[in-house]
Amino acid sequence: MDVNKTINKTENAVVRFAGDSGDGMQLSGTFFANVVASQGIKINTFPDYPSEVRAPEGTLYGVSAFQVNIGTSNIHTPGDKIDVLVAMNASSLKVNLPRVKKGGILIVNKAGFNDKNLKLAQMEESPLDSDALKDYRLFSFDITRQVKEILAGSGLSPKDIERTKNIFALGITYWLFDIPLQQAFRWIEKKFAKKKDLLAANLRVLEAGWHFAEDQENFAPQLAIAPAEQQSGYYRNITGNHAVALGLVAAAKKAKLPLFLGSYPITPASEILQYISGYKQYGVKHLQAEDEIGGITSAIGAAFGGSLAATTTSGPGLSLKIEAIGLAIITELPLVIVNVQRAGPSTGLPTKPEQSDLLQALHGRHGEAPLPVIAAASSTDCFHMTIEAARIALKYMTPVILLTDGYLAQGAEPWRVPSLDELPKLNVDFATDAQEFNPYRRDPETLARLWAIPGMKGMEHRIGGLEKQDVTGNVSHDPENHQKMVELRQQKIDNISKDIPPAIIEGHQSGKLLIIGWGSTYGAIKTAFDDLQKDGLSISYLHLRHLNPLPANLGEILHQFDNILVPEMNMGQLKMLLQAKYLLPILGYNKVKGQPFKAEEIKAKIKEILTTEV
Amino acid sequence: MKTNVDEILKSVPVSKINLTAKDFKSDVDVRWCAGCGSYAILSQSQKVMPDIGIPKEKVTFISGIGCSGRFPYYMDVYGFHAIHGRALAIATGLKISRPDLSVWVATGDGDCMSIGGNHMIHACRRNIDINVLMFNNEVYSLTKGQYSPTSRIGQVTKSSPLGALDDPFNPITLALGSGATFVARGFDRDTKMMNHLFKRAQKHKGVSFVEVYTNCIIYNNKAFDEFTSKDTRKEHTVNLEHGQPLVFGNDHDKGIKLDGFKPTVVSLSNGEYGTSDLLIHDEKDSTLALILARMADNPELPRPMGVFQSVERPSYDEKVEWQINNEIDKKGEGDVETLLRGEEYWQVD
Repeated sequence: MDVNKTINKTENAVVRFAGDSGDGMQLSGTFFANVVASQGIKINTFPDYPSEVRAPEGTLYGVSAFQVNIGTSNIHTPGDKIDVLVAMNASSLKVNLPRVKKGGILIVNKAGFNDKNLKLAQMEESPLDSDALKDYRLFSFDITRQVKEILAGSGLSPKDIERTKNIFALGITYWLFDIPLQQAFRWIEKKFAKKKDLLAANLRVLEAGWHFAEDQENFAPQLAIAPAEQQSGYYRNITGNHAVALGLVAAAKKAKLPLFLGSYPITPASEILQYISGYKQYGVKHLQAEDEIGGITSAIGAAFGGSLAATTTSGPGLSLKIEAIGLAIITELPLVIVNVQRAGPSTGLPTKPEQSDLLQALHGRHGEAPLPVIAAASSTDCFHMTIEAARIALKYMTPVILLTDGYLAQGAEPWRVPSLDELPKLNVDFATDAQEFNPYRRDPETLARLWAIPGMKGMEHRIGGLEKQDVTGNVSHDPENHQKMVELRQQKIDNISKDIPPAIIEGHQSGKLLIIGWGSTYGAIKTAFDDLQKDGLSISYLHLRHLNPLPANLGEILHQFDNILVPEMNMGQLKMLLQAKYLLPILGYNKVKGQPFKAEEIKAKIKEILTTEV
Repeated sequence: MKTNVDEILKSVPVSKINLTAKDFKSDVDVRWCAGCGSYAILSQSQKVMPDIGIPKEKVTFISGIGCSGRFPYYMDVYGFHAIHGRALAIATGLKISRPDLSVWVATGDGDCMSIGGNHMIHACRRNIDINVLMFNNEVYSLTKGQYSPTSRIGQVTKSSPLGALDDPFNPITLALGSGATFVARGFDRDTKMMNHLFKRAQKHKGVSFVEVYTNCIIYNNKAFDEFTSKDTRKEHTVNLEHGQPLVFGNDHDKGIKLDGFKPTVVSLSNGEYGTSDLLIHDEKDSTLALILARMADNPELPRPMGVFQSVERPSYDEKVEWQINNEIDKKGEGDVETLLRGEEYWQVD
C-alpha cells in the first residue's frame, strides 16, 4: 500500500451516481450528499430518474441518476458538467457520458458491460475495450464480483448480495473525496435498522469499497474539499417539497391555527401531501380529495371554518382549481395554493421542470380576480416562501399562489433549521364583536375583511360566489357596488407592495446590464453572476420572489440600466409582464427543454449581450 | 392541540337552544317562484332546527349553484353559497376541520349528480358526517329549463326538444351504491315526512342523503304529481317504516311482497294475503335497501318514501380525530422545532 498517496485540494466537484432503476443510485447519491454535507461542505443535489415506475432493466430509458454538486462556496445548483461519474452499467454510462468533463473520472462497474447490457445500451462493442473513453480517466472494476466475494457465506440471497454493489461504489467515492466513514456508518445503520442481516452486509461492503479504492495502485488521487464558513445552528438537507410541507406546519404553529391540506396526487407535487399526511402528531388534518377541485374546495371549506388551509398541485391541477380560486377571491378567505410547476401544456413532461405557469397564476381566471403570487428561489427558500404565503393570506384575507417547480421540489440543499422564534409573526384576528359585525367590513389599512368563523354567536352570516354588497355582504347586483368591490379587491392586493421587501440589486446599482430572475433560475443565474463578477464584468442581478404585486421600487431600478435580461424557463412570461407594466424593452432568454438552465448557458448569454448591445 | 380557533370559540357564550323556527329565518327576501317546492323544504328546515338541540351558531348550510343554491341566504345560520357542484367538497373540508359544527348541504339534481357527481359519490364513500338535502326537480331550472341527470327518457326540455335520450340516475341507488349510510326520500308536499327525515338525518352520524322530490312550477310542473298529489299519492307511494310491513293504497289494501328478490304488489282485500306475508322493512339491511331503491324502475310498483337505509359506520371526520388522538397518545404532542430539525441533522458551532 502506498501511504504517500497525494490528496489534491479542490474548490468543488460534481459527482453523478448512475445506474439502472433498480441499482439503488438514488440511495447512494443521497447517502453521499448527506455525509458530505454533515462535514460542513456545501452541497446541492438533484435526482434524475425515469417517469416509469419500474422501467425495464438495463435499458437506456431505465437509467436512474443522482447528481451532487459539492464545494466550499458558490454552490447554488447541482452543477453543469460532471467531474466524477459512477456508472453501474453500459446504458448509464452511455446516457451520462455527454455531461462528463473531458478528463473527468469514470468509476465503472465492469460487470454491467456484458453482451446483454451492451445490446440493451445499443452498443456495438464495449467502450471499456476500445479507446472510446480515452478523453476520460476510466477506472473499471468488477464491483459485482467484489461484493459476491465479500459476502460469500453471509447467508444473504445472491440477489440481496448483488444489491449491495451501489454501497461498494459509494465506499469508493467516499475514499476519493477523503470522507471518513463514521458518519456514513450512521446513515446506513438508520436505513437498515430493521433489517439486521442487510445492515451488517452493507456496513461490510461500504468499508470494503473504501479499502478497495485505497489499495488500487493506479486509482485517481484523492480530492479534498474544505468545509464552508457556516452560521452556527442545526443543519439538515431538504428538498423543496419537504420544505413546503414543513413551512405549512410552521406557519400554522406561528399563527396558532389548525392546519388543513386538501390535495390530490400529482407529479411532482405529491410528496407535499405525503409528508403532511404523516404529521398527525402535530394535529395536522388533510384530505386526499377525489380530484383537484375537491382538493381546493375542501380547503376553502376549512378556511371558512378558521383553519390555515392549503392546497398543493402542479400545472394541470392548477388549471382545474382555477374556478375555485375565484371563489376564494370573492369570499376573501385565506388560502395557500402551492403550484409545483412542470413542463406543459397538458400532461407535457410531468417529471420535468418549467416556469410556464406564471401567467396562469397571475391571470388565468374569469373575471377581475387579482391575487398575490410569490415564487421560491431555492429548495430551502420553499420553506420561507410558504410562510410568506401564509402571512399574506392571513393578513389580507386572500388566496395566495406560491410557485415552485419540479427542480426545486426534488432538488436538495443544506438548510440551517430556524427556531420558531426566528420566523415572522403571523397574527390572526378573528371577529369577536357581534354588535359591530358585518362580514364585509374591512380593516382600513389592509382592506382585509373580517374573518368570522362558524360557532361565534351573533355573527351568523352568509358568504358566497355572488357579488356582495360592500360592508353588509348581502347579495347585490347594483352596478355601482360591483365597480366598487372590483376596485376594492384590486386595491387590497396592490397595497401588499408596501408590505413586502424592496427589490435588492446585487452588483452595481446602475449600468449596462441588469439580469432579473424569478423562481428556480436563481441557482444558475447566481452562479453565472458570481463567476462573471469575479472575472471583472460589470453586471447586476435582481431576483424577484414577489411577482404580484411586484416590489414598489422595481420600476425605478429598471430605469437605471441600459439592458435588462430575463432568463426564464418559458417563452418570456415575466419579460412580457415587465414590458407591459414598465413600458421598457426587455431581453428574454428562454429555455423550455424540461431542464434547468446551466450556469454556463447564462454566462454565454450575458457575454453575448455585453458584446452586442450598446 | 390548542389553537386560536379553540380559544376564540371558548371565549364566547353559546346561544340558548330553546329557539323557534322564526329565529332561523334570515332577513333576506325569498326569491323562488311562487309555488316552488323549495319553500316547503326551507320551511321544514327552519322548523327542524330548534328541535335538533344544536346552538344556531354551530349550524352551517353550504350550497352550490341552482335554485337550491339560494337556500343558505334564507337561513339565519352560517352559510356558504359556493360554486356549481362543489358544496359537498366544501362541506367535507369544513366538517373535517370543524367536527363541532352541524354541516348541511342544500343541492339540486344537476349540482349534486352532474357537475358535482364526483364529490357526491366520494362524500358517500367516506361517510363524512354531513346532511345532504338534494332538491330533485328533474330539470335545470335556474338556467331556464334544460334536462338534468334525473330527467326522464323522452322528457322534452329546452335542450331536448325531441326528448331526452339519456338514462337518468336513480339518486337513491347512486347514494346506496356509493356507500352512503343514511339514505332517504321525501317530497315537498309531505311536510311531516320531511320534518321526520331531516331530524333523522341530523341525528345520524355519518353521511345522510335525503332526496326531496321538489316541484318546479315553471319548467317541470307536476313531474311528481303521481306520487305527491293528494288524489293519487296513496296508490302510488309506499311509506317505509322500520320493522313494519310495506302497506299502501287508499284503503291500506295493498302490500309489497318479495318474490325472491323481486318486489310484487299483492292485494290485502281478497283474503289471499295478510300483512304477515308482506315484506317487513329493515333499515339495517343494505340488500333490501337496494331492492327498494330499484322499485322506481318498475312503473307498476308504488314509489317508496322514507328511510331506505340507516346503518352505522364510523364517519370520516371521526376517524381523522381518532387517528390524530391515537398518534398523540403514542408519541405525545409533536414539537414543531423537532420536526423541522428532522432525524438527520448536524450541528455547526
